[in-house]
Amino acid sequence: MSKQTKIMMAPPSSPMQRLARFPWGTYAPLIALIVLIIFSALASEHFLATRNITNVLRQVSYTGIIALGMTFVIIAGGIDLSVGSMVALVGVLCVMLLNHMGDGWYSVIMAMGSAIAIGGLLGAVNGAIITRGKVASFIATLATMSILRSLTLYFSDAGEVVSHNSLFPEIGGGYFWSIPIPVWVFLILAFICHILLNHTAFGRHVCAIGSNATVASYSAIKVRWVYFLTFVIAGVMVGISAIMLSSRLNSVSPGDAGLFYELDAIAAVVIGGTALSGGRGTIWGTVIGVIILGIINNMLNLLGVSPYLQGTVKGAVILIAVLAQFKGDR
Amino acid sequence: MSTAQAHSSSHSDSAEPIMQIDNIVKEFSGVRVLHKITMDIFAGEVLGILGENGAGKSTLLKILSGIYQKTSGSIRFIGQDVEITSPANAKALGISMIPQEFNLINSLNVFENVFLGNEQKKGLLLNKAKMREQTLELLAQLQTQLDPDALISSLSVAQKQMVEIAKALVNDVKILIMDEPTTVLTDHEVGIFFALVERLKARGVTLIFISHKLKEVKLLCDRLIILRDGYLISVDDIDDIDEQDMARKMVGRELNQIYPEKVSAGQESVLKVENLNIAKLLHNINFELKKGEILGFAGLIGAGRTETAEAIMGLRHSDSGTTYINGKQVDIKTVKDAVACKMAYLSEDRQGKGLVMNFDIIKNISLISLAKYVKGFISKPAERKQAQHYVQMFDIKAASIKSELINLSGGNQQKVYLAKWMDTEPEILILDEPTRGIDVNTKKEIYHFIQALTQQGVSVIVISSELEELIGLANRVLVMREGQIVGELAGDDINDQEIMYYAAGLKQDSAS
Repeated sequence: MSKQTKIMMAPPSSPMQRLARFPWGTYAPLIALIVLIIFSALASEHFLATRNITNVLRQVSYTGIIALGMTFVIIAGGIDLSVGSMVALVGVLCVMLLNHMGDGWYSVIMAMGSAIAIGGLLGAVNGAIITRGKVASFIATLATMSILRSLTLYFSDAGEVVSHNSLFPEIGGGYFWSIPIPVWVFLILAFICHILLNHTAFGRHVCAIGSNATVASYSAIKVRWVYFLTFVIAGVMVGISAIMLSSRLNSVSPGDAGLFYELDAIAAVVIGGTALSGGRGTIWGTVIGVIILGIINNMLNLLGVSPYLQGTVKGAVILIAVLAQFKGDR
Repeated sequence: MSTAQAHSSSHSDSAEPIMQIDNIVKEFSGVRVLHKITMDIFAGEVLGILGENGAGKSTLLKILSGIYQKTSGSIRFIGQDVEITSPANAKALGISMIPQEFNLINSLNVFENVFLGNEQKKGLLLNKAKMREQTLELLAQLQTQLDPDALISSLSVAQKQMVEIAKALVNDVKILIMDEPTTVLTDHEVGIFFALVERLKARGVTLIFISHKLKEVKLLCDRLIILRDGYLISVDDIDDIDEQDMARKMVGRELNQIYPEKVSAGQESVLKVENLNIAKLLHNINFELKKGEILGFAGLIGAGRTETAEAIMGLRHSDSGTTYINGKQVDIKTVKDAVACKMAYLSEDRQGKGLVMNFDIIKNISLISLAKYVKGFISKPAERKQAQHYVQMFDIKAASIKSELINLSGGNQQKVYLAKWMDTEPEILILDEPTRGIDVNTKKEIYHFIQALTQQGVSVIVISSELEELIGLANRVLVMREGQIVGELAGDDINDQEIMYYAAGLKQDSAS
């Protein structure tokens, strides 16, 4: 019954072998992105215009920030369906708070701090239901998705909430070195998340519990605490995204804000190579996934494809990404 | 130990064998686990199969029931040569096996399970009335009162077993194979089972069963075969063999040189466990581990050895119990506490509880001791260097230190698992089945490593189902049975027969 005789892999001797050993699966999202950019540049002369590129990046940054948090949740073996509703609720509360406190930078900063705190708190509620109540994350966040959306409508009386603060729009609408502020925020957060995932004990533990929670608990890892924290991170990211979104539009419409963001975020994470079953994934993969989705949307607009068909293309891309990963696993 | 002894068989003159097994050989990737087994099985008899873990009992029965395919040899069944290619094929021939873990669907009721895969239909629809009626009939024949509409989840273990037997009878079973049918039963239920065996015999069913309980074998069987290391050691009429003989024949082998010389242990007590209790699992466990000692835990599967280790490590809630480390009382509630007390536990389930299979060697080794490498962020060079150190020390063979564990062989995985715990610098090391599924050479390396550790003052507990391993390694052996420590053996008293006597319940120290 011995399987001891290990066949050691010979060092690559020819360029072909080296090519075969290249980890295609790992770099598939990056390769897909490059192909997509080349294709887009050839298909439309407007695509590479600076204005178009910054627009695409700005558009994807809102769901991108959420997708960063979602990456932790999914690697840990969970899923968070409530992020879209949460964006709306945090956005509405943020603007209401802003209007309540009046004009000036002080109110803006306080409202932003509160938004992040509320996001974290809502994430903690999700996490507590899942880890303390031992409810599957899919079910728990399906429930909170419904609850948070309904609370949003209730607080706003189903009407659009408009900010009266004159400085607030400068957050989401402003530029720094001619790059939109939300894009900066997205990239900086991506960098922080990458460090958190790859260079801290917490990140290592997230991967371990997602891969095998029993092994993790036998290895003295506080499984439930780590799992809980991933939902808090997701909530904080939602809070930040809500600030960017509401300040960009200077208002929040409680019915549509954040609608289907959970699907876009999950799609981006999956396209970026993170396994939905948990245990492995990267932040830069998610960033690429987000950008791929953004470029596809942009191209379909530039090429004048019917907006009704855009969902079909997006769905097809998700399927191709998952099928490619599945093959890569073999 | 080449061939079987002459078959003593009172049946051969009177009856024609229902099954003739001729020179069956089974190999797994070139390693021979069954060596030319030749035997006859007679209609209507109860045949017991005895042997240590790994002796080849299950392999043999899995071949007969179509789960494994034999490498060579032939089987004759009711006068015809047969190839048993699948469990369904075996069932069609009239050979059924009831595994230790029942194959019942909890959310279905009794008659639906009895007829599972064999449903009676009326047109396109199920003929429930007929199935229910026939189930009642079968249960009546088994003299069992069971509601055919009861859900499986609501039944006791003995009742579930009854359903399994009824399921086999529906298929007009001729040979019924049972893998340790009584280990899951209470004493009362065992009584019911014994009566059932008689009724099955009366129906003309041939029964083959594996058991570890020598007494039971003596009571139930007509004939007995004993396997050891894949060889057929003996075939006896039950009246010609007593329990002592059985134990001796099961284990009788020489120790070879794979074990290091034993070194006597110190006198200081490093770990003392008092009064450890877990309802229905452990009763009043008391023991002491000395500095530099190798303490063996013997016993059959399910005797409570793993549970004891897990309770000490804070992996399992205990109802009572006090642990002392170096004479000081400690309160261990989580694995983290145990690690802080310099304790380490390698689970028997290497892949399910021990290693993250999609992590590389480095990340697995540092998983518990990660804090050592964190100065704000994880220092990857330090982590890698330490892993490299273990790869050399244990001679871990892998394509690269970045190889995922799934790509390593069992022996190398076990070495990574050892390295992972050694990196926490333990003083008390608990090894649960440390060499399961590992080749002899790696076993030897691991034994010598364990011995070397004790010389550095580490104290080791080895839980093992391989008696040879305990005899070769341990300074002292505790034998557990049914959640209790029933015997203690030290020095020259540690031998297979003594351990078997205790483990099988033929002998018990009065002290505990």
